[in-house]
Amino acid sequence: MTALDEAPLSAAGNPIGFGRMHRKEDVRFLRGEGNYVDDVNLPGMLHSAILRSPYAHARIVSIDTSAALALPGVHAVITGETLAGLGLAWMPTLSYDTQAVLATDKVRFQGQEVAFVIADSRYIAKDALELIDVEYDALPAVVDAKKALDPGAPIIRDDKEGKTDNHIYDWEAGNKADTDAAFAAADVVVTEDILYPRVHPSPMETCGSVAHMDPVTGKLVLYTTTQAPHAHRTVYALVAGLPEHKIQVISPDIGGGFGNKVPIYPGYVCSIVGSIVTGKPVKWVEDRAENLMSTGFARDYHMNVSIASTKEGKILAVKVDVLADHGAFNGVAQPTNYPAGFFHIFTGSYDYPAAYCNVKAVYTNKAPGGVAYACSFRITEAVYAIERIVDCLAAELKMDSAELRLKNLLRPEQFPYTSPTGWEYDSGDYEKTMRVAMDIAGYDELRREQAEKRAKGEYMGIGISFFTEGVGAGPRKHMDILGLGMADGCDLRVHPTGKAQVRLSVQSQGQGHETTFAQIISHELGIPPEDIEVIHGDTDNTPFGLGTYGSRSTPVSGAAAALVGRKVRDKARLIAAAALECSPDDLEWELGRWFVKGDPTRGKTIQEIAFAAHGSLELPEGVEGHLDAQVVYNPPNLTYPYGCYICVVDVDPGTGQVKVRRFIAVDDCGTRINPMIVEGQVHGGLADGIGMALMEVIAFDEDGNNLGGSFMDYLLPTSMECPDWELGETVTPSPHHPIGAKGVGESATVGSPAAIVNAVIDAISPFGVRHADMPLTPANVWRAIQGRPVRTDMAVE
Amino acid sequence: MQVTITVNGVEHSRDIEPRMLLVHFIRDELLLRGTHWGCDTSNCGACTLWVDNEPVKSCTMLAVMADGKAIRTVEGLANGAELDPIQKGFMECHGLQCGFCTPGMMMTCRALLDGNPHPTEAEIREGISGNICRCTGYKNIVAAVQWAAENPATSEVTA
Ligand code: FES
Ligand code: FES
Repeated sequence: MTALDEAPLSAAGNPIGFGRMHRKEDVRFLRGEGNYVDDVNLPGMLHSAILRSPYAHARIVSIDTSAALALPGVHAVITGETLAGLGLAWMPTLSYDTQAVLATDKVRFQGQEVAFVIADSRYIAKDALELIDVEYDALPAVVDAKKALDPGAPIIRDDKEGKTDNHIYDWEAGNKADTDAAFAAADVVVTEDILYPRVHPSPMETCGSVAHMDPVTGKLVLYTTTQAPHAHRTVYALVAGLPEHKIQVISPDIGGGFGNKVPIYPGYVCSIVGSIVTGKPVKWVEDRAENLMSTGFARDYHMNVSIASTKEGKILAVKVDVLADHGAFNGVAQPTNYPAGFFHIFTGSYDYPAAYCNVKAVYTNKAPGGVAYACSFRITEAVYAIERIVDCLAAELKMDSAELRLKNLLRPEQFPYTSPTGWEYDSGDYEKTMRVAMDIAGYDELRREQAEKRAKGEYMGIGISFFTEGVGAGPRKHMDILGLGMADGCDLRVHPTGKAQVRLSVQSQGQGHETTFAQIISHELGIPPEDIEVIHGDTDNTPFGLGTYGSRSTPVSGAAAALVGRKVRDKARLIAAAALECSPDDLEWELGRWFVKGDPTRGKTIQEIAFAAHGSLELPEGVEGHLDAQVVYNPPNLTYPYGCYICVVDVDPGTGQVKVRRFIAVDDCGTRINPMIVEGQVHGGLADGIGMALMEVIAFDEDGNNLGGSFMDYLLPTSMECPDWELGETVTPSPHHPIGAKGVGESATVGSPAAIVNAVIDAISPFGVRHADMPLTPANVWRAIQGRPVRTDMAVE
Repeated sequence: MQVTITVNGVEHSRDIEPRMLLVHFIRDELLLRGTHWGCDTSNCGACTLWVDNEPVKSCTMLAVMADGKAIRTVEGLANGAELDPIQKGFMECHGLQCGFCTPGMMMTCRALLDGNPHPTEAEIREGISGNICRCTGYKNIVAAVQWAAENPATSEVTA
C-alpha cells in the first residue's frame, strides 16, 4: 500500500498505519498525571533560586553572601567565584562562543545569573536572595543594535582577549555581482527597512531541572526541560569533564518548547553543581519573569530588503542586508556552518535568478538567544522578509498581490529546484496550493467586498503569504552542532508476542510522538499502533540523536523509524521463509504478514514470526534470533514543506484596533502521518503568528531594562484574538523521504506573520502606508496611519 | 498556621506559613501535581482549580484563605475509571498538545458548562480567555467544549 491509501483499522479502531487516531499520551495529561520537571520529587531534594542582575551592564565590585548563608534552611550559596574554582564559571554556547554561568567580572544583561542559593524550600531560597549584597558599578549599556558598532560604544565582551568592538560575525550568501547587475537593469526597484522584533517563545512550562549526583556511584541523573537530551548529555560531558557514561539526562513530559528548551542554561549547570556541593538532589525551576528575561529569545533581525522586477511584475532579484542582534553571548542554536541559520532561503517560493544577502551580527546588552520560537533556523525571518517585500512590490506596481505571486511562483516541472542561494527544494506544486487557499477564502469575492467597504470608509484588508521552508537538519556532511552530526538513531524491538517498543532520540514537547511514531512502525509492520510503545526522553534508554527542533523529528527520526521497521520486515521475511520452508524470494508482503506468492493461505503474521524468532525454529545461516533492529538515519537533503496563508482583517482607523476576521491556511507537508496532529500543529503556529504580528515584543528602554518581563507586558494571544482557523491541504510527498513526509511543526509560525501584517497594511494602504513594523498593536497601527511610526523594539516616550 | 482544606472530597490539615500560595499548597504539600504553575502575574490560568465550585487561579490566593473550603482539582474530574465528558472532549477533538495548560483549562471549561450547558462559540471563547494555551491555537479547545456539551455523559473514548 502507498502512504496515501486509507489504512485498515485495528481491533481497537485505530488505523494500522497513517490516519486520524486519538493520541496515546492524552489520558495521563487529562487526569493530571503528566510528569513535568517540576513534578519530579526525589527523597531529600533541596530547592534553589537564582539572584539576577538588575543592570544591563555593570561591573561587579563585590558579592557578600554571609547573611544569606546564615539564614536557617539555606544549605549553600554559589557564586561565580565558587564556579571559577571548579573551572565552571563560563560554559560554551552552541555557537562556539562562551557564556557566563554565574557572572564573575561583569553583568552583561538585565536578568543575568549572579548567584545560586540552595535551601530547604523555594520560599527560603527566595528569601535568601534578598540577603545577598552585591555592589555593582553601573556601565553604559549597548541597547540599540544599530549603535553597537559605533566608535566609542562600550565593549561588552571584554572577557574575550583582544576584543575591541561588539562585532560577532559577517556572513553572506548568493551572488552579489549578478544581483547588483539585475538591480541595475530592472524597471522597478523597491526597498524597505523591515524589523523582525525580539520575541520570546514562552512555553507554558518554564525551564528547570532536578540534578542528582550520586555521591557513591558518581552517576549524575539530570531531569531537565530539554528538547535535545542526547546533545545536552554530550555537552555536559565536554563542559564539566564528567564521564559521559555516568550522565543520564531525562526529559520527562515537556510543557511546550518551541526552541526555548534547546540551549543549556546556567540554572541547569548550577543545579548540577548544587547537587555535587550538597550531596543531595537539587531542583531549580525558573519563574516566568526569569524565563522571559534570561532564556533564549527569538528573532531581533533588522533587515533592509530590496526587490527588483520588470514593470510587468516579473521578479528579477532580491537582496537583503541584515543587522542581527544576538545579545550579550552568541548563544544561537543552529548548525555550525550556518551562523545565520537558514536565513538565506529568503529567496522564497519564486522563480528568479539572482539573490544576495549579508548578515552582520553584533553583541548588545540583552539576553542571548536568537534561534527559537518555531523559526526553523531563521526561516521565519526569511519568509517575513520576502513576503513583505513582495507585497511592497505589488503596491508599487499597483498589481493585485495574488496575481503578482502567481506570476512568479516556481512551477512543478522546476523541481528539484536549486535556489540562487544554493538550496535544493525537493518537491512542490505551488500554484495548486495557492489556488486551493484562494478558493477557500473566496478571494475575488473578498476583493469585491473590500472595494465596497473602502467606498464607505471601512478598512478591511486581505493579506497573503506563500512560504517555503527547508526542515529536517540535516545531512551530516554539512550540518552539525558543536561537531555532532545531525543524524538520529532509532531502535525497534518486537517482543515474542508481537508487541513492540520503539526508542527515539527525538523529544516530544507536545507534538504527539508517542502516537505518530507508533503509527509509522504500524505502517511498516502491520502491528496495531496500540501494541507499540514509544520510548523517548531518557538518554540511558534511547539511541543517540540530536533531538527535536527545526521541525526535524518527522524528516529525520520519522525516516529512521520507517527504515528500522523495514529492516525488521526484511528480517521477518527470512524467518518466515524458514518457518514456511520456502525461499525468501517466494514470499510477498501484505500489511502485517508474509505469505507465499500464488498461495495466500500459506503465510505467517508478524506476530507469529516474532514468536518464531524468539523460539526454537532453526534459523538460516547468518540470521540471528529475535526480531530487533537499529538504524541511524543521515538525511540526504532537507524536506521542503510549503503553504499558502490568507488573512482577512478589519481595522478601526480611529483606534488602530485590528480584528482578524478569517485566517485560511493550506499546508503541503507531504504525507500526513496523523492529519489530526498535523492540523493541531498548524493551529498552534497560527496563534503564534497572531501573537507576533499583533501583540508580542520584548522591547528595552535606553538603560537596557527589559520591558517584556511578565505576561502583563508580554502579551500572548488568547481565545479572543484567534479566529476560527480554516484549513486546507495539498499533498506532494517528499521524493527522498522514506514515507514522503516533510516537517510541519513550525510551518504556521513561519508562514503566518507575513499574511497578517500584509492584511493590516493592505487595510490601511489608503492612508499611504506601505510598511509598519510588528507588533501591530493598536498604538503602532494608529501611529502608522498618522504617518509617525516609531521603533517598536524600543521604549516610546 | 493550621488549615483544614477539603480537596476532591478528602480533608487535609496542615500547619503552613501564612504566605504560602494555594497552588504551592496543592502541589508541594498535597503532592497533587496536576495543577500547574505558569506565570507570576495571574495571567495564564495553568493553576485554575475550584474553590467552593468557583474556578479560581490558585496562584492568586493564599492557602490560608482556603481554610474550611472545598477544592476540586483536575485529579477530581474523572469519576474513577470514567473520564468526565470535558476530558473526553479534549481527547476526541485534540484539545491538548503538551498538556501543560490542560488541567487549568479543563477546570475552567467544566465550570463554564455547569453554568451554561449549551454555550455559543463566542461564549466559550470568552469563557476560556483567562487561560493561555501556547500549543493548540484554541480552535480544538472550543470544539472540545462543544463536544462535551453535546455528550454530557456518554460513550467510550478509545486510546
Ligand atoms: S500560574 Fe499563571 S495564572 Fe496562576
Ligand atoms: S497544550 Fe500546551 S499550552 Fe496548551
